[in-house]
Amino acid sequence: MNAAARSFWDGVRAETPLIVGVFPFGMIYGVLALEAGLPPASAQAMSAVVFAGSAQFITTQMVQSAMPVLITVLTIAIVNLRHALYSASLAPYLTELPLKWKLLLAYLLTDEAYAVTISHYRLESDMESKHWFFLGSGLALWTSWQTSTSFGILLGALIPESWSLEFTLPLTFIALVVPLLKDRPTLASALTAGVVAVLTYQFPLKLGLVIAALSGILAGLWLEGKRR
Amino acid sequence: MSIWMLIILGGLVTYFTRLSFIALYGKIRFPDWLHRSLKYVPCAVLTAIILPEILFSSGHLDLSIGNVRLVAGSLAVLIAFLTRNTMITISSGMIILWLLEFLR
Repeated sequence: MNAAARSFWDGVRAETPLIVGVFPFGMIYGVLALEAGLPPASAQAMSAVVFAGSAQFITTQMVQSAMPVLITVLTIAIVNLRHALYSASLAPYLTELPLKWKLLLAYLLTDEAYAVTISHYRLESDMESKHWFFLGSGLALWTSWQTSTSFGILLGALIPESWSLEFTLPLTFIALVVPLLKDRPTLASALTAGVVAVLTYQFPLKLGLVIAALSGILAGLWLEGKRR
Repeated sequence: MSIWMLIILGGLVTYFTRLSFIALYGKIRFPDWLHRSLKYVPCAVLTAIILPEILFSSGHLDLSIGNVRLVAGSLAVLIAFLTRNTMITISSGMIILWLLEFLR
């Protein structure tokens, strides 16, 4: 197997535990979208075009309560603000790529693909084929999101909630974050972000998440500055 | 009609948010502090996603030992620290959660 293929499959493998957690969500989305009155084709198209779990959940609610299109789009934009942070965080690793690769990888940039890809880039030093890892993790998640949406639309939410499969999402994030906490600034940045996220959890539109992330980044920068 | 408009516009804003820095990086100069801040993005964002999800898993803030996800999550942090192994962390975290839910 050549380096590109090996990287691709490493990305798919790294994404697998997150797929286990995402699959029940995709099915629940499919069910809720139909309940909100979306035709099956639109429900599926939203998974393919918007391709962002939490924004899609909020959108179904807003469709159900017949909110105006522009307000709903604005809501989607705010809920998805964190993706700009992911974009900034991965950008330095992708800068040498041709534009068509950047355009493709940006489409696949979800929470789950970001998590495994950035931790891989941080811990393995630079490889020629690293964009294939991103493609592998991104496509793996994309395929499972589309499939689970279809299952939800056609068959309903098949996986019982009591299996708690969605808990693999925080567990995977824990497994990915812990090795990144190598010094006091990174540790402080994680703790600050965590505490602020809990304090701001009730804020609408996931705004608390963005505020928490920015607070964590500032805490890290501040400690780093103090040490120099 | 308006559903399709919503899907297309919602897709566009999401896509351009994701593309933003990936497309701009290298074309415009980033100030030094912005560069240095990137180091903290993954630990900050991922922790900000994990912690509320675990502490509010029962719908309200629950810091007690009766919050099985808090117990399983804390043990998973310890296991991740000791083993540095993703698969071991995830599988033991799930087994601990299932055991705790079964015992409850």
